Amino acid sequence: MAWFRREKKKIGGQKRDLPPDVWTKCDKCGEILYREKLADNLDVCPECGHHFKIPPDDYAKLLLDNALEEEHDADLHSVDPLEFVGPTPYADRYARAVRQVGRAEAVLTGRGHVDGRAVLFGAMDFRFIGGSMGSVVGEKIARATERAVERQEPLILVSASGGARMMEGVLSLMQMAKTSSALGRLHKAGLPYISILTHPTTGGVTASFAMLGDVIIAEPGALIGFAGPRVIEQTIGQELPDGFQRSEFLLEHGAIDMIVPRPALKDSVSKLLGHMVDGST
Amino acid sequence: MASHEEFERSIGDVVAQIGKLKEMASSGGLDVETELKKLESRLAELRAETYANVTPLEQVQIARHQQRPHSLDMIERIFTDFIELHGDRGFRDDPAVVTGWGRLAERSVMVIAQQKGRNTKGNLKRNFAMMHPEGYRKALRMMRQAEKFRRPIISLIDTPAAYPGIGAEERGQSEAIARNLLEMSLIETPILVAVIGEGGSGGALGLSVGDRIIMLEHAIYSVISPEGCASILWKENTEEARSKAAAALKLTAPDLKRLGVIDELIEEPKGGAHTDWDGAAEILSEALQRNLDELRSLPVDQLLQGRYEKFRAMGVWGGGE
Ligand SMILES: [Zn+2]
Repeated sequence: MAWFRREKKKIGGQKRDLPPDVWTKCDKCGEILYREKLADNLDVCPECGHHFKIPPDDYAKLLLDNALEEEHDADLHSVDPLEFVGPTPYADRYARAVRQVGRAEAVLTGRGHVDGRAVLFGAMDFRFIGGSMGSVVGEKIARATERAVERQEPLILVSASGGARMMEGVLSLMQMAKTSSALGRLHKAGLPYISILTHPTTGGVTASFAMLGDVIIAEPGALIGFAGPRVIEQTIGQELPDGFQRSEFLLEHGAIDMIVPRPALKDSVSKLLGHMVDGST
Repeated sequence: MASHEEFERSIGDVVAQIGKLKEMASSGGLDVETELKKLESRLAELRAETYANVTPLEQVQIARHQQRPHSLDMIERIFTDFIELHGDRGFRDDPAVVTGWGRLAERSVMVIAQQKGRNTKGNLKRNFAMMHPEGYRKALRMMRQAEKFRRPIISLIDTPAAYPGIGAEERGQSEAIARNLLEMSLIETPILVAVIGEGGSGGALGLSVGDRIIMLEHAIYSVISPEGCASILWKENTEEARSKAAAALKLTAPDLKRLGVIDELIEEPKGGAHTDWDGAAEILSEALQRNLDELRSLPVDQLLQGRYEKFRAMGVWGGGE
């Protein structure tokens, strides 16, 4: 069953739009899957339930009635504030990401409706330099949050990130404080914020807005943590147990409210908003 | 005997010569005064030279210097009536962060301070100042207490990072840091942050949302360590890669001042805080008092608005408006 209609043509070029890519192998169970079927199933493996990564536009379509009705701040772009000198210049890496992904940064923000209820929406793009948060991502999230306060509408953010954007140095670190402060205002205004965590969400994004939802929902099997597993293994000098830092582990340890498979996400969000926004009527 | 890093080896040599000369003088009654004076002025010169021209990587080494004054060394010299309070009331007391009441120039303040150990035993206890979630929660508890009694908060920053371990993840390291960021933006009392050594990424930031951020001259503040950055981007942890990473990250106090991340750079005694703890404490104390006086004079709503705008303005981008 198709949960939503996919547009035939997309800017940039996702894997599934490339002509010869008709079949794909499930990362988890190894089953060979017909791509079109997989897409109809919201990129969830019909055999084992593995959730493939999907881009932010897909989350907008999945969660919102008419996808994103208006996009905000699409033109904000990084300007390499430190003139970062690395093995690959940041400016080059950035330009390549823009070309590959077809958007100016690692987050898509805007406004739409969930079952008729207006919301501010944001979703991160892991393909864009690992969904890392630099000045632009922080600014877009902060603006989305402030718009929610201005319009008195709920905020929904879908996270996927490897953490801070190293190449923007301490400025990227400060985006954690910026986004969290903005959420402080949303909190004071009594507005709902639902945070949806997808695979993977780690580092500075987890240690700021991603973990600050009134309700935190994770997709099944997502890696969610502060430190990456490799860093932890190096620090403690031992291998990590199976399932460590996965959604199920976080639920068990009381770090998130619920695990919801992708096909049921919208329904859960809608129900929650019903309770939080208009539950008394 | 003070240990010396590679770049200050020549300083170490002169210090050793002075030591030897003094020993000779005391045992043999020799008159070494002229020679001693010459060496001492040479030492002052060398120190001034060495510390005026340090590379970013050397700066990192100074910030982590074995002999650098740590939080408790500063607390002892700056605050009177210090009384330490323990625990997050939930899981345990985290010794990587010291919290408690103290007096700064007679007036009560809540002190939150990341504490390194000075030796193996100390570091085992303090976990190299790498906090666990319960440390951030303890700090938040104390900040709430300060807010209740309308006393300002002084946060001393000196940590390589928040601890990346199994227990830390199990107990919600990321939530603990995130929670502090949000709550600190709303706490209705002045918050003054001083980076005195290493400002290690989220581990430092989790105690660093404040009205003013001041920083000792040879302290660093970074999104990642040069070692971490080198191994991720350069795929090697060699001296050369670390050196490039340290330079690229712009983590020194002058860099941070330029980037608008800190409000004030506090000059250290010549030769660095590790050569003169009393001098460093005196300079820091003056800066803390001066900044706190200014913050105390602001009404709470203005304080919170200023704090919000301060972090809201951080970052550089193109496009929009
Ligand atoms: Zn599968």
